[in-house]
Amino acid sequence: MTSLDVTPDSARRPFSGRRARFGDLILQGAAALAALYALVLVGLIVWKVIDGARLSISTFGLSFVWSTTWDPVKEVFGAGTFLYGTAVTSFGALILATPIALGIALFLTELAPRGIRGPVTALVETLAAIPSVVIGLWGIFVLGPVLRDHVNPALHSVLGFIPLFGPPGTYASNMFTAIIVLTIMILPIIASISRELFLSVPTELKEGALGLGTTRWEMIRGVVFPYSRGGVAAAVILGFGRAIGEAIAVAQVIGAFTGINISLFHPASTLGANIALNAQGASSGLETSSLIYCALILLVFSIIVNLLAQWIVRRTARRQGLAQ
Amino acid sequence: MSAAEMHSLQRPHDRLRRRRLVNLGMELLAWLAAAAAVFILGVVVWSVAKKGASALSLDLFTKAQVSPGGFLPNVHGGLANAFVGTLVVVGLATLMALPLGILIAIYVNEFAPRAIKSAVGLTLDVLAGVPAIVIGIFVFSLIVVAQGQSAYAGAFALSVLMLPFVARTTIEVLALVPNSLREAGLGVGAPRWRTTLGIVLPQTIGGILTSAVLAVARVAGETAPLLYTCSLAQQGTHWDPSLPLQTIPVAIFELSDQPDATSQALAWAGALVLIIFILLLSLGARWLATRSRRKIAGASR
Amino acid sequence: MSASSTIETAVRVETKRQPLPPRERLEQVFDIQDLTAIYGSKPALKNVSMEIYKNLVTAVIGPSGCGKSTFIRCFNRMNDLVPSFHQTGTIRYHGQDIGGKDVDPVAVRRTIGMVFQRPNPFPKSIYDNVAWGLRVLGMKDNMSERIERALTQAALWDEVKDRLKASALGLSGGQQQRLCIARAIAVEPDVVLMDEPASALDPIATQKIEQLLHELKEEYTFVIVTHNMQQAARVADMTAFFSISRGDEGERWGELIEYDETEKIFTAPSDRRTEDYVTGRFG
Repeated sequence: MTSLDVTPDSARRPFSGRRARFGDLILQGAAALAALYALVLVGLIVWKVIDGARLSISTFGLSFVWSTTWDPVKEVFGAGTFLYGTAVTSFGALILATPIALGIALFLTELAPRGIRGPVTALVETLAAIPSVVIGLWGIFVLGPVLRDHVNPALHSVLGFIPLFGPPGTYASNMFTAIIVLTIMILPIIASISRELFLSVPTELKEGALGLGTTRWEMIRGVVFPYSRGGVAAAVILGFGRAIGEAIAVAQVIGAFTGINISLFHPASTLGANIALNAQGASSGLETSSLIYCALILLVFSIIVNLLAQWIVRRTARRQGLAQ
Repeated sequence: MSAAEMHSLQRPHDRLRRRRLVNLGMELLAWLAAAAAVFILGVVVWSVAKKGASALSLDLFTKAQVSPGGFLPNVHGGLANAFVGTLVVVGLATLMALPLGILIAIYVNEFAPRAIKSAVGLTLDVLAGVPAIVIGIFVFSLIVVAQGQSAYAGAFALSVLMLPFVARTTIEVLALVPNSLREAGLGVGAPRWRTTLGIVLPQTIGGILTSAVLAVARVAGETAPLLYTCSLAQQGTHWDPSLPLQTIPVAIFELSDQPDATSQALAWAGALVLIIFILLLSLGARWLATRSRRKIAGASR
Repeated sequence: MSASSTIETAVRVETKRQPLPPRERLEQVFDIQDLTAIYGSKPALKNVSMEIYKNLVTAVIGPSGCGKSTFIRCFNRMNDLVPSFHQTGTIRYHGQDIGGKDVDPVAVRRTIGMVFQRPNPFPKSIYDNVAWGLRVLGMKDNMSERIERALTQAALWDEVKDRLKASALGLSGGQQQRLCIARAIAVEPDVVLMDEPASALDPIATQKIEQLLHELKEEYTFVIVTHNMQQAARVADMTAFFSISRGDEGERWGELIEYDETEKIFTAPSDRRTEDYVTGRFG
């Protein structure tokens, strides 16, 4: 065609030009800054927590970790009691919650009649939505007394030969109540992740097992569990991470005792509970710094646990990918 | 094996009866586990409903906490100051976390090269794993030590909690938008930013809204981040975010420890309102999710 | 050359087929009476009546959607896994009604094994794939002999005997399917059902599996679903042809059209619809 085209450039391509590139730059820049903010945030958290704990670290050093003294009057602080309490409550909750959570997940994926699956899944997720302070409140006034009056004495009479199950005492707030409360709180996490894992097992694998003439449980044990082994491990570890970090509900029901007593029916304390309970009472800079030292220990553990869970997920994904 | 044995549906060495019993036992245990979860939920909700309902009154919403002598116990009055405080703190936290979370998601999904994508993903996961109480200590060390407690500090702490959740769910929603849509936008000559903001993002509004509502539901009940940042509230109902405001979870936490009946009743009432609020938000989010799913399904037809 | 004469050639030349004795002298393994299979409210099959005979390969052919898979899954109660499924009519296995209330599907599947369309070995070692079923079902004696025998019967032993501990997922598709066959026959079933066992495999792998059927039918009874007519012509002694029937309101279901010796089905079918199908005029 030989006709002259006189439309100016900007009209022909209205979206091009400097304005477009500028807009792109702004959006990409803002978005990148936001991502940077997240990265900086993690670094800031680590730095600021170390910074706040500096006084206590320089005063007590590493012995803080095993010293069981927590004396605001003498200004001597140590996290030994709380580490012990965190370990016992978290492992205890894990031991109780894992089989129950797996049972729930199996129920929801293999056994429940179609109509019940949706509602029960929703109910389990609702359990996760209840704030820890409400579970703690319930633990103080409902669970604690029931355990103290009925369960603990029974456990003591049957299992009293084990030092763990010592004399029940008059406290409704003790390590055992905290374990039960934590179990309730980590149940939904482990259950919902496991449920999704079980759902992802290929039907043909399950049919292959059932086709040989095995029972449903044998198929679950031989195919479903091995297939989802890695993911379930990660779920359990995530549940453990949640347990060690839970401060509020534990603070409400554990009795705030500084000192180690082997019996589960005795009051105790954990890292998180200690920090929460002393929020409004810290009397000195050293005590505050020691509380932050406790937070630092918690931070280190939770990052390790988190990374461990992720590594497991990545490793199993890789293995299954290779196998395909 | 004889022909008869071959053809029968019962084989020796099968131990079928025993295996069937084991199977039944395991199925029973699974049923029990599910029943236990539902039972616990029921007991908790029932306790809160029963004990909270008896303390419900108009005063709860209109009067502030009155602590005799300015200290606990024997608190009476209502929780008006806590309701107001929660609204302010959670509202501010959402304002801080939502835009940032969306921007992070846009960066990860639309612009970031692969290596950075996994680095940011890892960061978000690490952030999500930091316990709430540690986040409170962090903000304490960062802001409160120098400037004292305030609703701003508390909101910031809550926003750190919300950020990974909002970012992750927005990433998922953005990933659901088909690439063909982006290509269509770029195909007519529109630059990246217009395509992203004008075409991709509107598709995800439903999902983003849902995740925002869920994030609010989760954070409204958080106590730990507020203990060191926004818990020393003055008496009376206040709105000023530069002051530490009373919030529902912190109020419950303080009141739950008191030996007297009035304080405890107030704690239960607060818990009831909190649960109802969170449940309504969760249901709302579910409704939003179904509605946006239907819209996407309809649009792609 | 017309499609039908190609198949005639396949039937007569490729298999050295001996004529079957008259039906009355064949031993019945399954006796199906008036079987109707329904998912929810939609029938998949209606009024199927036929017999399956011992130590023969019986092929089930027909167009897509005629209910072939549903049909053989009735034999080992696999359809029970679908909640909306129910059936009327009876299937008798050596006289016992396998749908009976007091019959445990687990026991049925023990005796009536299955090989599936896509190879589905467990993500375990080759050895454990075969061993797992044996262990669970209490056949732990002489484990290694049993496993070797099963793998040999499945024509896989020579290829894997040096790497029994390797992952089964590292095998080729054809090898995986033969492993699945070994896994199924290791537990000593009476019948082996096969739902399009070679449809996901290449021609060489397919040929190996068809060869297996010839060799193994002395020990087991096979019922095989296939969409490949030539395959049916090559391997099957008896062939059942299913087709789709339509109702007045547009519903579709599968029906047994004709069931006879393979040679007859492909060379001189009685029903017009069978003839149309095997000569390629439709489907």
